[in-house]
Amino acid sequence: MADFLSILLISLGLFFFLVGAIGVIRFPDALTRAHGAAKSDTLGAALCIVGLMIKAGFTPVSFKLMLIVFFLWTANPTAAHMVAKAITVKKMTEER
Amino acid sequence: MDKFFVFSVVFLCFTILICMYRVVMGPTKGDRMIGINIIGTKTMVIIALTSFILKENYFIDVVLVYALINYIGSYVVTRGIATSKGEF
Repeated sequence: MADFLSILLISLGLFFFLVGAIGVIRFPDALTRAHGAAKSDTLGAALCIVGLMIKAGFTPVSFKLMLIVFFLWTANPTAAHMVAKAITVKKMTEER
Repeated sequence: MDKFFVFSVVFLCFTILICMYRVVMGPTKGDRMIGINIIGTKTMVIIALTSFILKENYFIDVVLVYALINYIGSYVVTRGIATSKGEF
């Protein structure tokens, strides 16, 4: 049962990773690429690592994976926001 | 279960190849930075999966350090993009 749940969560994570990769190719502008890439990437990584936590059980490995999930949910959207803000500032200074 | 983990690693390498197109051919520096962030996150998941394939516990520390380095590098390069001059 735990193996089945782990396989289901990791498969969902891989699906979100694939959707994010296709979105990075197909979107027309840099800001739309940042918008589509950040959310799907964060959700896919979190789902994959939660599936690995279910596979590991109550071990120190599971605690380290939980720390990775918490840091990634904080860091990845802020990194995407920094990139989008830099693109916007650069575009405004070029048009001036 | 190990076969599924190996399949997951191969699939993630395929999506990294898809994102590498945007890193190489991206018209602006912001596009390249977005692709680099995605590739960093996918390599974190690949290292975690190989930790479970090889049954070695200390690869998880590598994943923690890689997450920190990825964020700091993204911050530094983004500051460089915002204050750069010339061709964007």
